[in-house]
Amino acid sequence: MDTLSARALETARLRGAQYADIRVVHSQDEDISVKDGVVEHMITNESLGFGVRVLMDGAWGFASSRDMTSAEVDRIVDLAVKIAKASALVRGDSVQLGPPVTSKGTYTTPIQIDPFTISIEEKLNLLLQADANMARVEGVSVRNGHLTFIKEHKTFANSEGADTEQTIYEAGGGIIATAVGGNEVQRRSYPSIRAQGTAGWEYILEMDLPGNAERIASEAVQLLTAEQCPSTTTTIIIGGEQLALQIHESCGHPIELDRVFGMEAALAGTSFLTTEKLHNFHYGSEFVNITAESIRSTGLGTFGWDDEGVPASSTPIVRDGLFVGYLMSRETAPLLGLNSNGCMRASGWNRIPIIRMTNVSIEPGTWDYNDLIADTDDGIYMESNRSWSIDDKRYNFQFGTEIGYEIKNGKLGKMLRNCTYTGITPEFWNSCDAVCNDKYWFMWGTPNCGKGQPGQVAHTGHGAAPARFRNVRVGVMK
Amino acid sequence: MIGPERAKEILGQTLQASKAEQTEVMLFAQDMELTRFANNIIHQNVAETDTTLTVRAVMGKRRGIATTNNLSADGITRAVDSARESALRQPEDPDFGGLSGPHSSNIVQAFDESTAACSPEQRAKGVGIICRKAKEKGIINGSGYFRTGTQEMSIANSLGTMVYHAGSIADISVTAMTEDSAGRAQLSAWKLNELNPEAIGDEAIDKAARGRNPRKIEPGEYTIVAESYVADDLVGMLAWIGMSAQSVQEGRSWMNDRMGQQVMSPLVSIWDDGLDPNGYPTPFDFEGVPKQRVDIVRDGVIGSPVYDTYSARKEGKSSTGHASPSGWGLDTSFPINLFMAAGEHSVDEMIKSTERGLYIATFWYTRPMQPRDAVITGMTRDGVFMIENGEITYPVKNLRFTQSYIKALADVEMVGSDTRLIIGEPFGTSRVPALKIKAFNFTGSTV
Repeated sequence: MDTLSARALETARLRGAQYADIRVVHSQDEDISVKDGVVEHMITNESLGFGVRVLMDGAWGFASSRDMTSAEVDRIVDLAVKIAKASALVRGDSVQLGPPVTSKGTYTTPIQIDPFTISIEEKLNLLLQADANMARVEGVSVRNGHLTFIKEHKTFANSEGADTEQTIYEAGGGIIATAVGGNEVQRRSYPSIRAQGTAGWEYILEMDLPGNAERIASEAVQLLTAEQCPSTTTTIIIGGEQLALQIHESCGHPIELDRVFGMEAALAGTSFLTTEKLHNFHYGSEFVNITAESIRSTGLGTFGWDDEGVPASSTPIVRDGLFVGYLMSRETAPLLGLNSNGCMRASGWNRIPIIRMTNVSIEPGTWDYNDLIADTDDGIYMESNRSWSIDDKRYNFQFGTEIGYEIKNGKLGKMLRNCTYTGITPEFWNSCDAVCNDKYWFMWGTPNCGKGQPGQVAHTGHGAAPARFRNVRVGVMK
Repeated sequence: MIGPERAKEILGQTLQASKAEQTEVMLFAQDMELTRFANNIIHQNVAETDTTLTVRAVMGKRRGIATTNNLSADGITRAVDSARESALRQPEDPDFGGLSGPHSSNIVQAFDESTAACSPEQRAKGVGIICRKAKEKGIINGSGYFRTGTQEMSIANSLGTMVYHAGSIADISVTAMTEDSAGRAQLSAWKLNELNPEAIGDEAIDKAARGRNPRKIEPGEYTIVAESYVADDLVGMLAWIGMSAQSVQEGRSWMNDRMGQQVMSPLVSIWDDGLDPNGYPTPFDFEGVPKQRVDIVRDGVIGSPVYDTYSARKEGKSSTGHASPSGWGLDTSFPINLFMAAGEHSVDEMIKSTERGLYIATFWYTRPMQPRDAVITGMTRDGVFMIENGEITYPVKNLRFTQSYIKALADVEMVGSDTRLIIGEPFGTSRVPALKIKAFNFTGSTV
C-alpha cells in the first residue's frame, strides 16, 4: 500500500470512521478521430487523483481531489468525515456491509500488443485507409473513423485489510458512413457505433476497418432509396450488436439491485424486477439464458476486483427463462441475505462506486445463422443500433436499427430503412424462440452507459448472438 | 477555487512552455458537492476538487490536443509536447485556419459567495425538510439531489486572448414516488437563496400524491399541456440534433431547408444568450470567443445555427462564440445558454382552455428516430393527468410517444408566462416556459 493510502485510512480511523477505503486512479487515454480524410481531433488525456469513502455513524461520506499531497489527503479525509456526519442527519438504518473484504493482489488485462506502443502514424494510417475506401463510394456525405485507447492504473485499499492493484487496458474503434438525400439521413457503422473491449492493439487489427469500409458506405447510400420498414406485427431476427444493446437496456439495468431498492429512482429510475420475482418470474422463454460476469476475455466489464475490492465472478441472471440473479454491492446484497457479487464500479477517482453492469450476456443457443434465416417464412432481419429508448422501470422499449432486410420464404430479401421495433420487456423475451450458436456470439462493448448523480459513464460488456423473436410490433415512426 | 490570478499564472506558464506555432490553453476548475437522497434518507454524499488543463497546439493547418490535471511543471511540459507531437504527425486540414484572437471577455456576474460556501450541513438541512414532508405525505421514496459548487473557466492563446470567468451553482431536484405514482420538480440558480428546498419538494410531493391510482388509456393523438421540463427536453433535443453550423453544413440538421421559413407557431421563439443573467451566464466559449445572442427560432421562423471559428470560416463568417469543448463528441459548436420566450398564460388557463387532453410533467429517455424531421421517441414520466372539459380529472399511466418536435412546436397554442431555469450536467442550461400543444402523437402505453 502506498503511503498516501495508508495515511488516509489511518486518518479516517483516528477520526472515528467505522469503515474507510481509498482508490488512487491514474488514467491515460488517447482518442483519434478522422472525418472526411482529415484529423477531426487527436487528443491525449491524463488524469490522476484519489477518492476517499468513509462510513460514520452508519452513513456515507465521500470526497476526492487531484492534489496528491499529504496535506490534501488530510483535508479530503476530514471533508469526507464531515460529509458523512451530515448524511447521518437524514439517515435510515445503519449501512451494513456484510463480510469484510480483504482481497490482495495485482491484475493486468491480458493483451497481446500494448496500444500505447503503436505509433500515431500507424493508427492514423489505418483510419485514413478506411476513410479512402469509404470515399470510393459515390453519394457518401460524411465519413467518420475513430480509435480509442485507455490505460487505467488503480489501487484500492480499505480499513478491513484489502490492498489491490490493477491495470486495465481498453481498445476501441470503428467507422461510420453517412449519406444524406432528400429528407433522409442514413448511417452505417462498422463494427458498431461504439465497439470497444478490454484488449490491446490486436483488437483493432481484428476489426479490419479498411476491409469493411466500402461495404458500409455502399449500404448507407442504398438506404436512402430503400423501402421504409413496414408498420406491422411480425417475426424479427436481431443481429448480435443490436441484441447486445437490447440486453443492456432491458436486462442489465433492471437487475441492478440499487435500482430495485429505489436508490436510483430520481434519475435512472427503478425496476420492474422487484425482489419477490427472484426465482419466481419467467423473464424470458426457455431459450433465454443470461449471465453477468467479470471474467470473460475482452469484456468491458472484465477486471480483477470491483471498486469495493470484491473479486471478479460469474452470476447466473436468467436460466431457461427463469429470473435468478441481480447485480449487487456490499451494501445491497445483505438486504437479500446474500453477499456482493462484485458489481460496484466508479468511472474515475472523483466518483463513488455504484452498482454497474459488468458483462451481461446472453449465452449462445444452438442455431446456425443460415439455418435460422432459412427457418423463417416471413419477417425482418435488423442490425446495428441507431436509437434506443426505454422507460424508467425498463419495461416499455423502442429501438431503431441502421439497416434491415425483409425475410421471405427463408431468404433475405430487399433492404429496409428506418427500422424500428417496440415492446414490453418480459413479453419480448418470452417471444424468443431461437438464439444462434457460439460461432456467431461476440462480446460487444457499451462504453457510454450513464448513471448516477453526479453523472458517471461506465464501460460494460455484452456477449450476444443473433436471435429470433415472434409477434413483434415494428415500423413505429409516426 | 484557484482564482483569476493563479489561473492566469498557470495559463501563462503553459503558453511559455509550448513550442507550437500557435497554442490555446483552457483551464477548467471545479469544486462541486452533491448530497443525494433516496427512500427519504441521504444515501450518497460526495465532493470533488479537480482542475483540468487542455492544450491545443497548432502547427500550420494541423492541431493536436492534450489534457491533464497534473499542473506541475513536468505535467504541463508533457501536455504541451504531447499536443504538439499529435499535430506534427497528422495530415493538414485545408479548412483549418488557425486560432482566432485576441479576444477580450464581457463581464457577467454569475458568482455568489454564499453559494460557493454552502456546507454539507446546509444541504442536509434542506434535504431533511424534503424527506420529512415526503414521509408525512405518504411518499415511500423521496429522492433527488441538492448540489452546490463553483466552476471556473479561463482561456488564453498565443494571439493574446486571456479571459477568466467564475460561476457558482445551486441545483435541487426532487422525485417523489408512491406505490403507483410519481412527481418531479427541479430548480437551478447561481444564487442559492433563489432556491427554496421545501417549495421544490412540495411541488414533487403534490404531483405524486395526486397521481395515485392511474388509469391506462389508449395511445393516440392528444392535446397536451406540458410543464417547462417538457420544453427543456424539446429545445435540448433540437440543440442536440441540429443547432450547430456543422450539422447544417453536413445536411443532417432539422434546420436544413427550413431557415427563413415560418415552420413553427408564431408563439415560439428560441435563442441562445450567454450574457443574460436570467440564465447561467458564461461570457465566452471554449475558444475564448465572446458569446453573441443567436436567434434559432424567432416568432416561429427558423433563424440560424450557432458557429465556432472552424465552422464560421467555412462560410466566410465570424464565430458567434459557441465553440464546444474538444473531445466531447459534440459538433464543433453547440448552444449551452438556451432560452424559450415566455407567453401570456398560466398553466391553469391552459388547462381550462382544453376540452380533452393530457397534462404532462416530464419526458424521459427521448431519442431521435429521424433527425431531419426531428422525429423523436420517448416516454412520459413523473406525472400524467387526463384533462376533460377544462379540468384535470384523473391520473394516467405513462405513455410512449413518437412525434416530430418541429410539428409539436408548430402546434403550440399557448405559452406559459413563467419560465424555469434548468442547469444540466456538466454544462448546458435552458430557461423555458410551459406549453400547450394542440396535437401530440402517443404510440404506446405501459402495462
